[in-house]
This record gives sequence, structure tokens and C-alpha cells, in this order.
Amino acid sequence: MTLLGHFALWAAFLIGVWSAGLAFFARWQDRPELSLAIRRGSYAVCAALLVASAALWKGLFSHDFNIEYVAAYTSRNLPEYYLVTAFWAGQKGSLLFWAVVLGIFGALAQALTSNRFKDLLPYVAGVTNITAAFFIAVMLFGEGANPFERLSFTPADGRGLNPQLQNPGMIAHPPTLYLGYISLAVPFAFAIAALMARRLDAGWIIAMRKWALASWIFLSIGITIGMWWAYLELGWGGVWAWDPVENASLLPWLTLTAFLHSVMIQEKRGMLKRWNMGLIIGTFLLTIFGTFITRSGVIASVHSFTQSSVGYFFLGFLLVTAILSFTLLYTRWPDLEPEAELESLASREAAFLFNNLALVGIAFSVMWGTLFPIISEAVRGTKITVGPPFFNKVNIPLGLFLLLLTGIGPLIAWRKASAANLQRQFIVPTVTGLVTTVALLLAGLRDGWALAALGISGFVVGTIGQEFWRGVRARHVMHDESIPVALVRLMGRNRRRYGGYIVHVGIVLYFVAFTGLAFRTKAEVDLVPGQSTTIASPFGWTYELTHLGISQYSALNRQVSAATLEVKRDGVRIGTIKSEKRQHVDSFGNRLFEPSTEVGLRSDLREDLYVVYGGSPDGTERSHFVLQVNPLVAWFWIGGAVLVLGGMLTMWPGGPQVKTKRRAPVQAGYEATLTGMPS
Amino acid sequence: MKSTRRGFLAALLTAGGARTLLAQEPSGGDSLSADPLRQPWNVGIQRDTVGVLDNDPVVIAIERRLRCTCGCTLDMYTCRTTDFTCTYSPELHREVVAMIEAGKTPEEIIAFYVERDGEAVLMAPPAEGFNIAGYLVPGLVIATVGLGLGAYLSRRRDVESGSDVAAGRDAAAAEAAAPDAEAAERLRRALDEVES
Repeated sequence: MTLLGHFALWAAFLIGVWSAGLAFFARWQDRPELSLAIRRGSYAVCAALLVASAALWKGLFSHDFNIEYVAAYTSRNLPEYYLVTAFWAGQKGSLLFWAVVLGIFGALAQALTSNRFKDLLPYVAGVTNITAAFFIAVMLFGEGANPFERLSFTPADGRGLNPQLQNPGMIAHPPTLYLGYISLAVPFAFAIAALMARRLDAGWIIAMRKWALASWIFLSIGITIGMWWAYLELGWGGVWAWDPVENASLLPWLTLTAFLHSVMIQEKRGMLKRWNMGLIIGTFLLTIFGTFITRSGVIASVHSFTQSSVGYFFLGFLLVTAILSFTLLYTRWPDLEPEAELESLASREAAFLFNNLALVGIAFSVMWGTLFPIISEAVRGTKITVGPPFFNKVNIPLGLFLLLLTGIGPLIAWRKASAANLQRQFIVPTVTGLVTTVALLLAGLRDGWALAALGISGFVVGTIGQEFWRGVRARHVMHDESIPVALVRLMGRNRRRYGGYIVHVGIVLYFVAFTGLAFRTKAEVDLVPGQSTTIASPFGWTYELTHLGISQYSALNRQVSAATLEVKRDGVRIGTIKSEKRQHVDSFGNRLFEPSTEVGLRSDLREDLYVVYGGSPDGTERSHFVLQVNPLVAWFWIGGAVLVLGGMLTMWPGGPQVKTKRRAPVQAGYEATLTGMPS
Repeated sequence: MKSTRRGFLAALLTAGGARTLLAQEPSGGDSLSADPLRQPWNVGIQRDTVGVLDNDPVVIAIERRLRCTCGCTLDMYTCRTTDFTCTYSPELHREVVAMIEAGKTPEEIIAFYVERDGEAVLMAPPAEGFNIAGYLVPGLVIATVGLGLGAYLSRRRDVESGSDVAAGRDAAAAEAAAPDAEAAERLRRALDEVES
């Protein structure tokens, strides 16, 4: 199978290079008859990479430990579903995973794109295929990067999968994040195609908008599941540590979010064409930058793969792609003249511009902080650490500014808002924000940042509620629909707009959850069985935890030591909580890795009681625990779900023809009912 | 009744077992009286017993500002309360506690680590010298671009308002002729609603 895998990789590489070369040759020589051959190249690359992937999975499932990758990341007793995920657990496999997903997306872009844009498709194929060929080249020519590399001997068993990767979150987190990263190659390819073909109307945006949205949804899911995994698996009780690799996943999400906003201005007004081109190119480059960070080891990270020279392939690719893309953009600059100009500072367009400024500004500050250790070392020759205190100090104000804009943007009319319009639009959200702030002050909250975050959240919720209410009321009045029917039809007819508002609700929930984490309590304690301890909740009650004892047993690929504690809240028993130490073993019982920890969790909408069994260090049941009460954590996961649902609503295809019941015959066009209008 | 693991498991299986367990006396505060584990090597390395200063806010605040030197990228406090296989962070913690007990101030302790391990031991660089650029550049860039954008938009608005005086008069006249500003606003919203 490794021979087949090797062969398939070479086939995909050669076809990718050939079809990309042909695409550019066809453009240069004006040979449109080559289009079909170029497009078929995408399908061939995809097929070859699927064969290579099947070969690797065959090796994983057949425990072919002569394959170095299989021996390094699996063992005979590894549960089968982790044999699936082992595909992307290591550097080599993840490179192949990246390539095959890109191959699939490249083929789908060819198959699913409307014929209206078929003149763009050869260039799209050229870009996706050359990108796939690059990833294959890294595997074929990079040092120790080929997943089909064989060992000179065959071990009896493999070294097993890192325990931290043996978690449901890791089944979904890497692939969704990769899907987000990789699918961004398609919008980028459409942008390059539009530039090459000089088809710079809004067509390329229509062709790639759903790809961009899909990328955004995948990135959102990947980031949220990554936070969930970090919270449950790393045992520190937080969700975001501003680690360089975490930052690398956030950067394209921020710029893509900016793009999804600014592209609306191009669609509606024909403005910001150059900016949008630059933004989508920059977003793709950030995915390559993130890959470079993850794989080069140039910046220390808990998440990165083993340091290797592979990263420098990505640096080279990043530089070449940046130079070529921006040169192409420069040559097309005159063709990207805006069709309209901004008319007023008080307009939706201006609000979107400031929203873009905030999003790109945050991306810049995150990138700046991530790279600042390197810059500092280059300038001063002194190593420094840029950790969470730095990022929090710089990004919390920017984040709150962005949150505020989330509430302001929808309140301002397109083109130019009148003073009366502004006054009318802002009154409800402002009151909502102020009431929230005052209520929290009366409830005893004194933390300035928390008050600001929750007050602004109230403002944004006021904005969204007002938008929904006005839309529903308009339908209710105009079409005599009941409120629930009006709500459903409103959202059905304006999916993009109201899906966007739902996304904003998800963002608010994220901010609320982050604010809650600022109030967590944490304590270390040693307990013998029967002994109790207490920890206070920020909500005012007290948890009493009693150590019930340690049970030890063997599972499929691990020996488990489980500590159970009984939990009382204000003296009332609410159940037990169990945290584990797991020593993973191979099929011969040999220990693999250091003992890992599974946290114990009792979660509700208000807070999580989070228990980490640190171990029983003197060989008895006297146990070390780290206890935490983490307020509002559940709202991260709810916010993530809301965010993704909103995104899905926004991109949902088609839509039912909504039958409306009109009150009276009206002239052609639309009906607008005015209440209270003087007759 | 002395608590044993087997006894505990049996108690769990019986109704009210947990209550029975809770009624027991704790099996002693010292480690020697706790039951031995069947597989003690599976549950972590030797650690100190938790002391008062382990949960002390001052100690925690100091340790949150210092990076663990094991290479994990975490701060000292997070590392010692998260990575129970780390041998560096417990040792560093012992040093911090010893310095606190010796009467050193937090700033003196921080200075000791910077002197010994270099500036990289700080979780965030001090806001001095070149590091100031680290803190200020993002804000300055955003503020500059934002102000530039605002100025550009304002200038456009001024130009338009100057050249469109006549149009403004027409608009004012049209507004005067309009039945009611509020009604017009509602019309605009209703139209926006249909158009969106």
C-alpha cells in the first residue's frame, strides 16, 4: 500500500503542476479550448489524493508498523475511531489530509460552480491545483514529511496516540479547523481568477461567497471545539491562552469576518473592490502563515508539531504567493475603480468600514504580539515572552470597540442616515445597555471591564432585538401574519440579514462567557478519603467536596485511577464528580507517555464546578486536587452553536417562496403600510 | 471505622453508602494513614503537601507574572496546577514561597527571576524602552487609520454639502412639504425592510 500511496502522491503532484501550468499557458496564449483539460486536472488530482489517503488509512487500520507514521501515532490497542483521527494527528498525516481536502474542494468548486462563471474555472483549477501540488511537494521533498516512509524494521507495537489527542474534541477540532483553512483556498482562487480574467464585476463574489461563508463556519466550529478541547483536556480551566498556534487560527477568522462584512458594500454599492481583493488574498496568506507558525517551531507553542525544516517550505510559499498575488492585484488596480463613493460618516457603509478597521486592527495586534518576540530579539538581541497579560491588555479594549460596532452597524441606514433616524434607532439599544449596566452595578458588580463588556452586550442585544421586532411588526402589519409566522418568514426571506444578527447574538454570548471567566475561583487542596473541603462560588454559594476514594481499573488501552468526590451546594447534596488519571499502555502493557488527567465537571448555565485530580503522590489514597468554579462557561458552547447556526442560516441555499396575505390590492411593486400617517 | 478502598466501593453499592462514608471520620490528615494504592506509579510524581501559601493570592499573582522554565509556555502558577508531571514549576514555586517567607516583596521576587533567567521569564515584557512599541503600535496604527478614515469621510461630507447647496434647498423644501418627518422615517424603514 505504501507503494500505491507514493505513486498516487507523485501522480497528484505531476497532474497538479501540469494543469496549473496549462491554466496559465492557456491564458497567455489565449487558448480557451484547453479549459476542459485544465478543469479535469482538478478531478484527477482529487482522485489521486483520495487513493493516497486510502493507502494511509489502510496502513493505520492494518497496524502496519513498518510505516513510520503508523508506528509513531498508533498502537494495536488504540480504539478504532482514533485510528481514523490518527490520520491528522502528526505532521506527515496532516499534510496529506490538507492536500486531499484541498483536492476535494478544488473538484467541488469545479463541479458546483454555476456555468455563468465557467470562464473563471480554469484559473480556479490552476490555483487550487498548484496549491495542492505545493503541499504534495512538501511531503515528497520535505525532510521526514512523507507519510509513507518505511522503517528498517517492524516494531511489535506502535508508540500510541498522545493521550491529549484521545478526546472527542480532537476528533472534530483539527478537521474542522483544517476545513476552514483549506476551503479558503477556493475564495482565494476565485479572486485570482477574477484578476487574471479581468472579470472584476461582482460576479466572482457571487461565485465564491458561499465558499467564504463555509470557510468561516468551519473556522468558527474548529475554534470553538478547540476551546472546548482545551478546557476539558488541558486541565487549566481556561479556553484561550493566546498561544501562537491559537492566534494563528484566529487571524484568518478575523480577516474573513471583515471580508464578509465589507463584501456587502461591494455588492450593494460597488465600493471597496480593491480592499476586498486585498482582504481575501491576505486571509489566504494568513492560513499559510498559521501553517508556517505551527510547523516551523519558529515560535514556541504547546500546540505545534515537532520543529522541522518543513516550516520553511511554507515560508517560501507564503512569500512567493504574496508577491505574485499582490503584483497581480497591482496590475489590475485601475480596473477596480469604485462605482460609488461614501456619502456620509453616518452611514452603514462607514460603520462597516470601521468594523473592518476594528477586525483587521485586532488581527494586526494579535499578529504583532505573536511576532513581537522575534522582532524584539532581532532589534535588541533580547528574548522576551509575550503571553496572555500582553494580549489581554492590548486586545480587550479593541474587542469591546468591535462589540460596540456590532451593535451600532445595523442601526445606521445605508448611504446617509438623518439625525432623526439615528435618534430613533439608538434609543432602545442605548436604554438596554444602560439598564444592563445599572442593574449589574446594583447587583454589586464593580469590575470596570466586566461592566463595560456586559453593558455593551446589552446594547448589542437591544439592537438585535429591535431589528427583529421591527421586521416582525412590519410583516405582522403589512401581511396580517401572526408574530411567530412573521418571524419565521422574515428570517426565511432575509436569511443573510437575520442570519447575520443571529451570528451577532453568538458573539455577544462569547463576550459574556469571557467576562464570566474573569471571576473564576481556584484552589489547591490535599484530601484523604472522607475528608472535605469547600470552595466559594462567585454567585455567592459554597460548594463542599468530600473525597470518597480512589478506584483503579484497566480499560482498553489505559490503566485508570479515578478519584470520586461528593458535592454539596450550601449543604445540599447535588451529586458526585469524578476526575481521572490515565496511564496509557500498549498492547503488551508497556507504559506510553506520562499519566494524563481527565477533569471532573459539573456544569450548568451559571457555572462549572471543575475538578482536576492531580495525583496521589505518596502511593496512598491521599490525593491532590485542583478545584475551580468557572462562571458562565456553558455560554461559550451555546454561543458557538448560535454563531454557527446563524452562519448556516446565512448561507442556506434557495428559500421557499413565501406566500403573503395582503390586506388590499396594491399597485405593482411593494406595499408599505404606514401607521399614524396623516391622511 | 477505618476507611478502605474496598469498603468504600462496597458502601457505594449500598443505599445511603455515600452518607455512611460521610459519617466516617476522615482517615487521618497525614499521608501514612491513607490506604495504599494498587498501582501507585499511575497517579503522579511525588509532590509537597499543599500548604497555606500555595493558595495565597500574593504568591499566585507573582507566579502568574512569571513563565515556567520547563519550556511549556505557561506561567508558573498555571503550570504547577495543570501539568502534574512538570518538575520545574513545583521547584520554582518552592523558591517563591521561600522568598515570601523571607520577607521579600513581589517586585523583589520578580526582579530576582529577571536577573537570573532574563527578561523572557516575564509573561509580558515590561512597558519600557523598545517594549513600549509592542504595547503602543497596534493602538497607534488603528487610531491613525481610524482618524484618517474619519477625516476623509468628513472632508467628503463638507465638499458635498458645499456643492449641493441648491440640492439641499430642494431637499429642505421637499422635507417641508412632507407630511411628517416621523412618518417619512417609518416609510423609509418599511421600504428598507422590503428591499433588504
